Amino acid sequence: MYSTEKSNSCSASTGSPFLPGLILLVLLAFPLLASAQLRIEIVDGVEGAMPIAVVPFAWDSELPEPATGVAEIISANLARSGLFEPMAEGQMIEQPVRPPEVRFGTWRLLRVDHLVIGRVIDSPDGVGQEIEYHLLDVHSGRILLSQALSVSPGDLRFGAHRVSDAVYESLIGVPGAFATRIAYVVVSDIGGDDELFELVVADADGFNPQTVVRNTQPILSPAWSPDGRRLAYVSFATGRSNVIVQDLFTGQTEIVSSSRGINGAPAWSPDGERLAVSLSQAGSPDVWVIDLNNGRRQQLTHHWSINTEPEWSPDGERIYFTSDRAGRPQIHVMGTDGSNLQRVTFDGRYNAGASIGLEERFLAVVHSDGDNDFRVAIFDRENERMRVLSNGRLDESPSFAPNGSMVLYAARENGRGVLAAVSADGRIRQRLVASEGDVREPAWSPMIR
Amino acid sequence: MKTALRFAALVLLAAFLAACARDVREEPTAPEPPPPPPPPVEEVERLDARDFSDPRNLDNPDSLLSQRTIYFEFDRSNVRAEFRPIIDAHATYIQANPSARVILEGHTDERGSREYNLGLGERRGNSVQDLLVAAGVASRQIEVVSFGEERPVCRESNEDCWQRNRRTEIVYTAR
Repeated sequence: MYSTEKSNSCSASTGSPFLPGLILLVLLAFPLLASAQLRIEIVDGVEGAMPIAVVPFAWDSELPEPATGVAEIISANLARSGLFEPMAEGQMIEQPVRPPEVRFGTWRLLRVDHLVIGRVIDSPDGVGQEIEYHLLDVHSGRILLSQALSVSPGDLRFGAHRVSDAVYESLIGVPGAFATRIAYVVVSDIGGDDELFELVVADADGFNPQTVVRNTQPILSPAWSPDGRRLAYVSFATGRSNVIVQDLFTGQTEIVSSSRGINGAPAWSPDGERLAVSLSQAGSPDVWVIDLNNGRRQQLTHHWSINTEPEWSPDGERIYFTSDRAGRPQIHVMGTDGSNLQRVTFDGRYNAGASIGLEERFLAVVHSDGDNDFRVAIFDRENERMRVLSNGRLDESPSFAPNGSMVLYAARENGRGVLAAVSADGRIRQRLVASEGDVREPAWSPMIR
Repeated sequence: MKTALRFAALVLLAAFLAACARDVREEPTAPEPPPPPPPPVEEVERLDARDFSDPRNLDNPDSLLSQRTIYFEFDRSNVRAEFRPIIDAHATYIQANPSARVILEGHTDERGSREYNLGLGERRGNSVQDLLVAAGVASRQIEVVSFGEERPVCRESNEDCWQRNRRTEIVYTAR
């Protein structure tokens, strides 16, 4: 990923080689409908966030300059992470473009630790553009990062997210998750008792929301394929639950499961070849695995209880799931053949809907001690501790960012569904607010390569 | 000839007026038609609200057959004793009417995770199904569909609403 594209260079010469980072086309080939946009607000940040200045990038391109510049997008991303305190543009008394133009003394006086400068040029090969950028350490005067990023036509925003990721990784030590997408369900009243359910995908900053599918029957449980190209979800379009897989590039849909009873809770195996689901065709909800190549099904749990919400371990060796076989829903784990079944959570009366963090050590769950307050908690498998992160009464559907930094979840606010995000350490909080409708069922995409 | 034409014109006019009247009747502002006269005493006697094999009782508010919602306690799927008579009434009806088909829609309140609630909703549908089958109903006449928390009848986040949402609805797809 970024580490292979990054060139750590101390040379300030403009002739230093830029390693190109090609951006995958995120343009979707089938027609999607624009949807209401989420606005992200920071509720809590951290004390002592890093001061950084992202200087407006020079526009050396034949194409018309967009209203929102690359630097503005990067600044907003870094601010939203809660770990940075970007300088306002009006305070930047100098606006260097290339490293030799930087007078570090000025930026030291402005009490900035790091500086991002750069420009947008037309691609030398004639297609799309390039973002040339440099990350500088103001105190040492060193260049930490120098890179040219190719962006496809219309992909400049996503390019700015890529730059944000590289800056974040360089300064924080873990990859950023700005160049990712989120899926969620928006429900709107359309008169009478009717509702419209829309499955929406948007950039991780809420921009570019597009409706993937809409129906007057419920849609829930979106799950991203590991390559970020497909979504699995549950649709009641036929009046009964079905598991659907939809290709986001072609729009093509496939009904993966429409058995008698429940067809729910799809989760992709890390290799993208199999889908774990919950099916009640054998009498009660059990975890099954469906091979997407040949449709073959294997039943993993055989128990009268509710067994649902499967999630694969990152190495694909184990499946975590929710079961109330002990009386109340709790997280369990088993091998992918159903062997070695063990209970994982014991703290609290209700633990369900696990999302697995980067290293399988942390599980984000819906947690309750009583019957009335449902919150998002992180269970640390290493020291067996449950830490409640959210503060609502009806929080649910936790979904880890692919870099493990934040957990996105659904909450209710004044009778309306909203999305919220909290950092894994609980210090940073965001609200993602839509102008209308009830927003729920968030799913954070994997890293998009 | 003239009379015939005039008659034809009258017929057309009458048809036109009737069409208009039909349209007007659908407007909410149109006066309500007078209530139908009370049925003769014999008919009331013939429609016995406790005759659970009679399809008319499905729409008779005095009959248990008109009640089609079974409510549940939080995180529970056992049918409370007070709802048994309703289920028994429908068991009698479905057995007496072999063409009848029902979907038992299981629902939950909004608390907890959506997929777990799909399972809980199905349990509530199954509880009602088990009682119907135990009473002699053929299982081919019944289908259970769980909607979990996706189809609330009440949208506020309080116990009053939650009570109304934790339910199994008996939906006749064929009578």
